[in-house]
Amino acid sequence: MKEILEGSHAVAEAVRLCKPDVISAYPITPQTHIVERLAEMVADGDLDSEYMCVESEFSALSACLGASAAGSRVYSATSSQGLLLMAEVCFNVAGMRQPIVMSIANRAVSAPLSIWNDQQDSIALRDSGWIQLYAEDAQEVHDFHFIAYKVAEDHQVLLPVFICFDGFILSHTYEPVDIPSEAEVDAFLPPYKPYNMLDAKNPLSMGMYATPEYYMEFRYDLDQAMMRSADIIRRVGKEFGEKFGRDYSGLIEEYHLEDAEVAIVAMGSICGTIKDAVDEMRAAGKKVGLLRIITYRPFPADDVKSALKRVKKVGVFEKNLSIGARMKGAVGYEVKDAINDSSTQVLSYVAGLGGRDITIADIKKMVEEIEAGRGDCFFGLRQELI
Amino acid sequence: MALRIGCAAPPGQAQENKTGSWRVFKPEYDHEKCTSCGMCQLICPEGCVHEHDKKFSPDFDFCKGCGLCAAECPVDAITMHKEEK
Amino acid sequence: MADKTCELMDCGHRACGGCGPAFAGRLILKGSGPNSIVCASTGCMEVFSTPYPQTAWKVPWIHSLFENAAAVASGVESAIKKQGRDENVLCICGDGATFDIGIQCISGAFERGHNITYICYDNEAYMNTGIQRSGATPYDASTTTSPAGKHSFGNNRPKKDLPRILAAHGSPYVATCSIAYPNDVIKKVDKAVTTPGPTYVQIHTPCCTGWGFDGAKTVELAKMAIECGLWVNYDLVLGELDKAKKIKRKPVEDYLRSQKRFAHLFKPQRNDVEIAKIQAIADANAAKYGIDL
Repeated sequence: MKEILEGSHAVAEAVRLCKPDVISAYPITPQTHIVERLAEMVADGDLDSEYMCVESEFSALSACLGASAAGSRVYSATSSQGLLLMAEVCFNVAGMRQPIVMSIANRAVSAPLSIWNDQQDSIALRDSGWIQLYAEDAQEVHDFHFIAYKVAEDHQVLLPVFICFDGFILSHTYEPVDIPSEAEVDAFLPPYKPYNMLDAKNPLSMGMYATPEYYMEFRYDLDQAMMRSADIIRRVGKEFGEKFGRDYSGLIEEYHLEDAEVAIVAMGSICGTIKDAVDEMRAAGKKVGLLRIITYRPFPADDVKSALKRVKKVGVFEKNLSIGARMKGAVGYEVKDAINDSSTQVLSYVAGLGGRDITIADIKKMVEEIEAGRGDCFFGLRQELI
Repeated sequence: MALRIGCAAPPGQAQENKTGSWRVFKPEYDHEKCTSCGMCQLICPEGCVHEHDKKFSPDFDFCKGCGLCAAECPVDAITMHKEEK
Repeated sequence: MADKTCELMDCGHRACGGCGPAFAGRLILKGSGPNSIVCASTGCMEVFSTPYPQTAWKVPWIHSLFENAAAVASGVESAIKKQGRDENVLCICGDGATFDIGIQCISGAFERGHNITYICYDNEAYMNTGIQRSGATPYDASTTTSPAGKHSFGNNRPKKDLPRILAAHGSPYVATCSIAYPNDVIKKVDKAVTTPGPTYVQIHTPCCTGWGFDGAKTVELAKMAIECGLWVNYDLVLGELDKAKKIKRKPVEDYLRSQKRFAHLFKPQRNDVEIAKIQAIADANAAKYGIDL
């Protein structure tokens, strides 16, 4: 059923259909409309979940961990400062292999304080062991939740998932979203069957400590699960396509890359703008393409290499910043490593931080910079301020 | 044996760690003096004092020789002795 | 449901010989029974009982981080409520995790009114990391981060009154007890787990390694603390004092002399001023709780 929905509400509708037992909610701009809509649903009896108004994001994820360990499907959402506050718990959740799904309304990090969009928050957690999906539009954010729970809860995976979507740009704008029926979702996403569970009938100690004799193998197991998840994401994404008509079997999306001389690599909603820019440049005769990374963790290295094999000039649009790193952005390093070909130029452009708007004209300017071989820098700085 | 994911384990394996090897002093239980009050069994931090026919003895695989049972026995039926190894 | 005969902590754990918290752990589980889920914080009890794969816990048990046991327990309680299960949800945490780093999570859990029982084993310092000062460390106790020295008499702050803080959150039952009186511990834990809502039990668990005394004297030290009024066994029902253990009070002297952490108060000679201050704390406790016989 198609409805025009605010992005946050598209998330809430998906969560409602996933039927978590426990929702633990702490508000933070720009995720607030998600947790508020879920609270309304519970208050009106449209969603049968235990809804906890926790006292901080740190407790939000800790409560999710406890509830998940006790055998319940759980949900939370956060952004920016909230995600950084729960960083300790994020690493703990992944290590404890709890299949928690959390929506991240991507937002810049303090200091300076900013409520506006960039991807510094989720990129800062790239080593935490969470699967990371980046949505381009409201339909994707909505659909990713069904896929995320199914992937996370697969006993071959048992990893938590961040569903990342750009704050304000996607969370607070209205788009048409096709919402499946409860029966359709129930047929796709079965009830959660835990692997380890707190149960007095079957006692288990969870979260023991590991001495040097054991610790490395636990971390190896975690990495292996993340690597295995790539094929499971593809499989579940394909199954989703067969059942709902929207295919998600790709960890990347290729847009006009077959004969591209210049390629932009990007994640998230900016890809919509980039696709429009690519269309205009193509119409003017320029052979440009876009590689959209959808699954950032596990990093789809083979897919990236294959997609860019004929491109000699690649520019990575980064809404993140790795302070002190030569390339400036974090994603560029992994793209360059995946390509692993010194005859291909890979440059990073840090842009759009703190909600700075990126226009089609900006994208065209960036392509000129890529062609000129000028990169590994900030893009679009206001020179009069520095 | 392969690791259990999530660093989890079912109960039972703690018993593989025989803490009796820590002992310097060993308790001696005088069953004649014992009034079967059960204080030694209640108080042992290891939980290794077991009852048989209303009399009590420690499991020396685990007894650390801390001396709490001897200190708290109301009729002084337990004494501590340096263990000859 | 209290069952004095059940043993839900296995032998083979790595606590020091004579460990107060280890003794308390057995008593807590006798009070709560096998139908329990334990949420533990990082600390002595967690570390000595769960080096992978040798767990000493015979009930379901989860450890996440140092400061979040109460938040984890909130989640466990919500989940089992939704699933229609009835296990007792307990937190078993040390004073460091409870008084200091975990205070936010406890406050939130109690304010939300979850049906959990939070049990603090109070050995009065961060013992597991090597005896550092906590908000529960008593006045003038020497710890490694509040050491006695040429310019210091040790910890210069009084003990945080956490039981009253949690009673102020609306907890229907808050109790203090001590391993000196083990049956009282079992009874109070039983009452706490069977009282609906968030309940709190603080157990005095002397630490021979951290306080500096022979492990055989753990129970004797716990008794001395009560007999001089520096520790009071009491309970608060719906925020009001219900019962406090009455004693024929002794001066604080013997209790202080028995522990290395107060040795600096007697060398090179008896520090009359500081000991008087500690006596005043005991006197104030006696007045507040009406414990003098």
